[in-house]
Amino acid sequence: MKTMRIISRLDIKGQNVVKGVHLEGLRVVGDPKTLSLKYYESGADELMYIDVVASLYQRNLDFEQLKSISENIFIPITVGGGIRSISDINNALRAGADKVAINTHAIAHPEFLKVASREFGSQCIVLSVEAKNISENKWEAYTEGGRERTGVDAIEWIKKGIDLGVGEILLTSIDNDGTRKGYDIALSKAVAEFAPVPVIVHGGAGSTEDFWKVIREGKVDAVSASSIFHYNEFAIVDVKNKLLEKKIPVRKK
Amino acid sequence: MKRNTTIAIIDYGLGNLYSLKKALGLFAETVIITSDPKIIAMADGIILPGVGAFQAGMREIEKRKLLEPIVRFSKTGKPMLGICLGAQIMLSKGFEFGEHQGLGLVRGNVKIFPKFVSDSEKIPNIGWSEVSPAKKTKWKNTIMNGISDKSSVYFVHSYIMIPDNKTEILSEATCGDITFCAGVKKGNIYGTQFHPEKSGEVGLKIIENFVTIANTYDKK
Repeated sequence: MKTMRIISRLDIKGQNVVKGVHLEGLRVVGDPKTLSLKYYESGADELMYIDVVASLYQRNLDFEQLKSISENIFIPITVGGGIRSISDINNALRAGADKVAINTHAIAHPEFLKVASREFGSQCIVLSVEAKNISENKWEAYTEGGRERTGVDAIEWIKKGIDLGVGEILLTSIDNDGTRKGYDIALSKAVAEFAPVPVIVHGGAGSTEDFWKVIREGKVDAVSASSIFHYNEFAIVDVKNKLLEKKIPVRKK
Repeated sequence: MKRNTTIAIIDYGLGNLYSLKKALGLFAETVIITSDPKIIAMADGIILPGVGAFQAGMREIEKRKLLEPIVRFSKTGKPMLGICLGAQIMLSKGFEFGEHQGLGLVRGNVKIFPKFVSDSEKIPNIGWSEVSPAKKTKWKNTIMNGISDKSSVYFVHSYIMIPDNKTEILSEATCGDITFCAGVKKGNIYGTQFHPEKSGEVGLKIIENFVTIANTYDKK
């Protein structure tokens, strides 16, 4: 039986793990190595390492830092931030990544998703979409860590990304990120209902109940969170216990 | 504790070898990523890793003239472990983008996950699933030694191994209504569809078991 994935996400800026609200106003929350080890040991099913300023500064993420994290972590790691070439993907994989998440570069060069998924396989390429609600059941895709509008309809963009070969969708709600008011259920549902590939939702977790809600109503395949784990509001095991209570299978550590 | 053992990870250009090397390094004194036939022949155990397509995998192996060294190693009795694509290409044939010859170390085929997977399941199959011993199979004295039934391990794949001889299926997992082969064993030859190096402590235990088997083979 397949289990529901609970993912711990680290937003990285320089040497620190940071966290904002609506992807803005980033505050330092800790050291990437310490936090990643903590989440690995406390039962995260996967880790996300996202450099939130790499695209903005048009530079690469810190592959050496990634290496120092991944050498102690024996669960899958998805890496994103500033990925814009085949050699960037190779560097990420060599530093311990299993999958790469691509947003900004793909919006400007959609064909890159096709080239990348042919080269590394669909399972390796995650389309990262930062979505902001603009009207009922309509979302706009943003880039550069939620800073830039694109005018692109998020749902249409995800459909296109899937056609181009991506194997997974990382769906971040800019509206809900860091607010702890719960996940954007409507957005999750709008994507998960048609997507033939797994959908990871991120942004807004405030309680263990929120995880259950977005799984049940949003139909997502995996749930990611950061603030609530960083600030020890509750632990991964609390989320898993909640889901077990609701008869959702989860991985026992 | 580290065993005085040398494990060679076969490098044929595909996949994330970093985590695998780190995981093996927890238990084996020497871990070498290599495509040198002499180093492969000298190793106490070899790992055939890989992600990607069957055809690409075989092409890269042939390009580096690794086919013969791998087949020769498999006949020594020393343990070898294929992981994911590395396990799939140990079978006779693959049906990904056409029909392709595999290494033929385990008789059988590699085929796409059946289409009748229930609606709630998606392909690629990405995530943690529970593994159990296949019927009439015991995990004792294999790489799965000491692993609890229904432990979760990490899968990323769209194709599955279908060995001809069902007794060569070591472990099974389910996806929707389908039970599929999660691991094969034919004598000293092991293959896992999942990634032990990404399966947390359960996976590390499997890797440790493999190193132990490699270490004790010498002393028989």
